[in-house]
Amino acid sequence: MLGYYFKLATRNLRRNAGLTALMIGAVALGIAVCVMTLTLYRAMSGNPIWWKDDVLYAVTMDSWDPNEAYFDDERSELPPEQLTYRDTMALLQSDIPKHTVAMHKAVGVLDTDDPAVLPERVRTRVTTADFFAAFEVPFQYGGAWSDEADRSAEPVLVLSRKMNDKLFGGQNSVGRRIRWDDREFRIIGVRDHWEPLPTFYDLNNSSLEEPEEVYIPFGWNVALEIYSAGNTNGWKPEQINTYQDFINSESIWIQMWVELPDADTRQRFQAFLDNYATEQKKAGRFQRPLNKRLTPVSQWLVDNRVVGNDDRILVGLAFAFLAVCLLNTVGLLLAKFLNGAAITGVRRALGASRRQVFQQHLVEVGVISGMGALLGLALGGLMLMGLRALYTVDPTEGGGTQAIAHVDVTSIVAALALALIATIAAGLYPAWRIGRIPPATYLKAQ
Amino acid sequence: MLEMNGISKIYRTDLIETHALRNFSLKVGDGEFVAVTGPSGSGKTTFMNVAGLLENFDTGSYSLDGQDVRRLSDEQRSRLRNEKIGFIFQSFNLIPDLDIYDNVDVPLRYRGLASKDRDQRIKSALEVVGLSSRMHHMPSQLSGGQQQRAAIARALAGDPRFLLADEPTGNIDSLMARQVMDLLEQINEMGTTIIMVTHDPELARRAQRNVHIVDGQISDFRPYQPRPEVEAAAIAAGPAPMTLAPA
Repeated sequence: MLGYYFKLATRNLRRNAGLTALMIGAVALGIAVCVMTLTLYRAMSGNPIWWKDDVLYAVTMDSWDPNEAYFDDERSELPPEQLTYRDTMALLQSDIPKHTVAMHKAVGVLDTDDPAVLPERVRTRVTTADFFAAFEVPFQYGGAWSDEADRSAEPVLVLSRKMNDKLFGGQNSVGRRIRWDDREFRIIGVRDHWEPLPTFYDLNNSSLEEPEEVYIPFGWNVALEIYSAGNTNGWKPEQINTYQDFINSESIWIQMWVELPDADTRQRFQAFLDNYATEQKKAGRFQRPLNKRLTPVSQWLVDNRVVGNDDRILVGLAFAFLAVCLLNTVGLLLAKFLNGAAITGVRRALGASRRQVFQQHLVEVGVISGMGALLGLALGGLMLMGLRALYTVDPTEGGGTQAIAHVDVTSIVAALALALIATIAAGLYPAWRIGRIPPATYLKAQ
Repeated sequence: MLEMNGISKIYRTDLIETHALRNFSLKVGDGEFVAVTGPSGSGKTTFMNVAGLLENFDTGSYSLDGQDVRRLSDEQRSRLRNEKIGFIFQSFNLIPDLDIYDNVDVPLRYRGLASKDRDQRIKSALEVVGLSSRMHHMPSQLSGGQQQRAAIARALAGDPRFLLADEPTGNIDSLMARQVMDLLEQINEMGTTIIMVTHDPELARRAQRNVHIVDGQISDFRPYQPRPEVEAAAIAAGPAPMTLAPA
């Protein structure tokens, strides 16, 4: 009978085409808004490296103003999310972690020998070599530089796959020369597609940025006097006239992560941090209560409010909107079904039971919801594209929403499930109601 | 056998109660052709709805083919309706967006018959009413008389024991009405019990028995009597264009 009901349902769609279109439109609109909001929410709230949650830690220490906490009252117990250059360099001396990542955002001009390719400002990450191993960054060609390249500032860099495609047509460019801010570098690796969402490793500015196009060794900071293109915060009135002044200042601008593979190394590195902080306090720094932390990624995302209350409210509003759309759909379904009540009466007279009438109408609801889901999915995709177009102003800033402006498989499955469950739930009452109408009511009147 | 004893049916609103059937008792034997007459609002349609298991009644008992219908669930009543009763309505009640073939198919679908069996029954029923060549026409493409014949085919396809016809000729012209009556008589001759509501005394006279209802009660039984004048008129009109095919 299911095939028969399906045939009737598709035929009935044409009977009240206007009403049907309104219903499909209402479902689609509600679903589209939910898909868009959920896609954004999912992108922000996930832990993209959950399998390393017990080994990967953000390193933070409170070197901030003794008179005022870095964060507002609600998070005043947290140390700043970045470190000073000098603290970073001190912590880099430890060989306890399996991997140690010190890094910051920068912007440089990338230039090739090809006169047809214009120089371009590119988002760059200045980082220690362990960035690639600790965060499991995949390579298309080549690989990361060595620790020695960090220390001695070897002129090597890693390009993103996207940039390699743009500059070298996707060919293996390892070994080729390229200039970054007028300094010649050798390409040592090409990063493959890698899009962790949110960008947990650096939550400054945005948690939804695309990873950078270029990576250069951390050791180049001093030689090229590279400032951060992310946040640089300070609390102490200091004379900063030279780059040397800057790196010796209390300004915080470097993110640090360590990979500690077991409890023993974790304890040892925590002790190392404790000792360092105590020494600094003795030396007159770290005047606030000692506060140094190793924070796993999941907690890091919570501490940094990657998913804010506004986002949760937005999801709630999206579902409320869907509920309004579905309530309207219930009304429209009732109108459509009651419009066909005479035919239902005939079917009842010819032997259809209430259950069969209910099933038949539920299949019709399913067909409407399926169509609404597909349309909603397409609309949601368009909305996400619109979102990207609206917020992407400067490509060198990563676009913010570029990485999330697509509907992934999970979203498709979720949208279909959402549409089917929600609309069928909404259609239960009209389908039940139509089956309860005494068949004789309409037989004489038709 | 259809047997009603002391049936009453009351329609209630906030303000009034309408007694559609009062202490209504009737027995219709197998193979009978009963005409039900009465003024408008007398309860004829309510009687047909109760008889056709389309409406419940308030008091009394009703047995259809030996089954006490009062105790049946909706599922059982629907099954009984599907298997034992065929309906013919004044306004045909064909489903407008199904062609004639699919209209006749409807009760067979609910019976859960196999596709081949359904196909045979549909074609045979359409042949009986002379609409084989119109099976893929939409109802709107047929005349009133043809639509009523299609509705009769739909009622016949399930091979019911009872045919309930509510003003079957009310919406068609007199020539078509005579053809439909001829067809009903042929169906009756093949053993199907027919109960027909009509306002037309001429048609009522062609039934074996008349039941006259007034104010929800039977006011007059008129047993079957051969009516030579009706038969003579039928002979004078010539043979009916439709014939029943052998089962």
